[in-house]
Amino acid sequence: MQVKTNILSLPTEEFVHPGTRACTGCGLAIAYRVGLKALGKDTILVVPPSCLTVLQGLFPVASTKLPCLNVTFASTAAAATGILATLKTQGNEHTTVAAWAGDGGTSDIGLQALSGAAERGDNFIYFCYDNEGYMNTGVQRSGTTPIGAITANTPFKGKLQQKKDVPAIMAAHNLSYVAACSAAYPLDLYDKIKNCMNLPGTKYFHIHIPCPPGWGYDPRYGIKIGRLAVETGYYDLYEIVKGEFRLTAASEKIVEKRKLIPVREYFRAQSRFKILTDAQIADIQNQIDAKWAKYYKKDE
Amino acid sequence: MHIIENGNVAAALGVKLCRANVIAAYPITPQTPLTERLSEYVESGEMKAEYIPVESEHSAMAVCIAASSAGARAFTATSANGLLYMHEQIQWASGARLPIVMCVVNRAVGAPWNVWNDQQDSISQRDIGWIQIYCSDHQQIIDTVIKAFWIAEKVSIPIMVCYDGYILSHTYMPFDLPGQEEVDAFLPPFKPEYALNPETPANLNTVTLPDVRLDVQGELAHGYMEIRYLLQEELRTTLNVAAEAEKRFAEIFGRGSDPYIEPYRCDDADYVAVGLGSITYQLRVCVDALRKEGIKVGVMGVRFYRPFPDAAIANALKGKKGVIVFEKALSYGYEGALASDLKSALYEHLAGSGVLPFVQNFILGIGGREIRTDDLTQALRTATQGRVSTEPTWIGLKL
Repeated sequence: MQVKTNILSLPTEEFVHPGTRACTGCGLAIAYRVGLKALGKDTILVVPPSCLTVLQGLFPVASTKLPCLNVTFASTAAAATGILATLKTQGNEHTTVAAWAGDGGTSDIGLQALSGAAERGDNFIYFCYDNEGYMNTGVQRSGTTPIGAITANTPFKGKLQQKKDVPAIMAAHNLSYVAACSAAYPLDLYDKIKNCMNLPGTKYFHIHIPCPPGWGYDPRYGIKIGRLAVETGYYDLYEIVKGEFRLTAASEKIVEKRKLIPVREYFRAQSRFKILTDAQIADIQNQIDAKWAKYYKKDE
Repeated sequence: MHIIENGNVAAALGVKLCRANVIAAYPITPQTPLTERLSEYVESGEMKAEYIPVESEHSAMAVCIAASSAGARAFTATSANGLLYMHEQIQWASGARLPIVMCVVNRAVGAPWNVWNDQQDSISQRDIGWIQIYCSDHQQIIDTVIKAFWIAEKVSIPIMVCYDGYILSHTYMPFDLPGQEEVDAFLPPFKPEYALNPETPANLNTVTLPDVRLDVQGELAHGYMEIRYLLQEELRTTLNVAAEAEKRFAEIFGRGSDPYIEPYRCDDADYVAVGLGSITYQLRVCVDALRKEGIKVGVMGVRFYRPFPDAAIANALKGKKGVIVFEKALSYGYEGALASDLKSALYEHLAGSGVLPFVQNFILGIGGREIRTDDLTQALRTATQGRVSTEPTWIGLKL
């Protein structure tokens, strides 16, 4: 039975100190704060170079109250395996190992190690926080940058290729748990973490992270934009528990109401999509409609 | 107990006796039989450890780094391109001061592909803050693995135990298998100063600034440069720790020698051949032959290559007329790395004394090219008549 957490039942204990080095309006700061609340005190973290490295602070100061091993870019999941193996030799079966990597660190350079760990079935939770680009190095394209987005190295035409579907790749590893979440729906993230904690093997979380400097919007609109991505049906919230797919939170509600906000509103709220033409947007709208037609059909 | 086994099994037995907790392994020739043997020990329950069959060498070292950071005694082994694929990770391991032990079963690196022995793999990783020890026989392999864990954990610096592919890894030799009780007496369980745990959280290897910085208690914490300086300083003092290890080892196991070098008929020699690993034992045969001709020559194996025992080496070569360096690797564009290091040590300790020996550098056995003892003897004989060339001279080249 799934428990739904609300803002009043969310634990008050914080594992991220106030005053992190995150940018104003950073979606990751929200997801990380809530995510660590769900993981709890008995957790060891693994972090590769990414925005999170900066958020956590510069030596000798750290903004996180949990133990954390910073590792090289490509080695996140393998490092999680190493910690797990050690805990096993110490007879420790209670401590959670959680890796938090960005989308470049997951979909590009870290994919091999992640796939290896998932294939071995190593029992840890992997979080990919997806701000859709190499934001920490100054907004370059990554495997998960969406089509049409202008980045520092797709400067005029925008990215020409589609976004890599990493949760689908991870689901193909037959994991016990795969989830797609958003920083704009932190309670959905919290509940999903709680739901998967006792499942065996590798658990994969994909978290959509609005990024003010990378996406080009006023920092105060981060949650609004994150929600628009979901409400337009452009980015879906779901979980795959032992192979069973289920839409969650606002995405689940779309199925109930059979109503999508036009994706144009999402694109036009961010300057990174300014070169997308009306025809391109119409094309993407058609793809979204087709995807949701399948969801609706499944619901009938 | 004396047994007859191959070099890879000697290494595996050493790792088992040391009770390594976490082993990460990715297959690469000629290392593979070593980690295969460890998987047998773990699966059969003969060894209590976690064996992780990773998907790459990069991840093998990642597992070791994380395991060591969490308090495990960690081991892996590799060769050639596997070691090169770890290049980023091994620097992370030394920078993070983790006492990982890794066997490097020496093999030529591509391109072009070549699976045979030379030492270009580990020599190309000379400057990355690891301790490097070279072995010349199976007894040295098993003993060095045991000593390596002790030294590494004493100084918090990782160690490569290097031995020649095939020549040592796949050949069978008798050696004394140390007893478990003796190894336990020599090597206590690994207890790091800090290991990752939720009770006392710490953020390890965070971004560290060019300058020192105040911590929350108002005390100055190291900048990046201080951390790197300490690695260099503590690598240098590792030479003393190696001597201590050798002494302790001799007390418990009843065998020991010079921790840094392995001289043979050097005392009265005018000329000394120098090398790393099994080549120095082949050179003993040449030395014996040349002695019969009345040529006063000896051979010295360099066991400790990093940190470089410059004083011990210069002292051993003091008063010699010539030093002839045989290398299975080179710093492309100049000469053999060992030859350069020897010249540097000789200049440092003997400059101005008027007794600086010449240094002749021979390159041989590259990519497993057969090293014929006759050719080796002839090269050594020629060099004792005076330096052959200022450039490295290749033996056995067919151009």
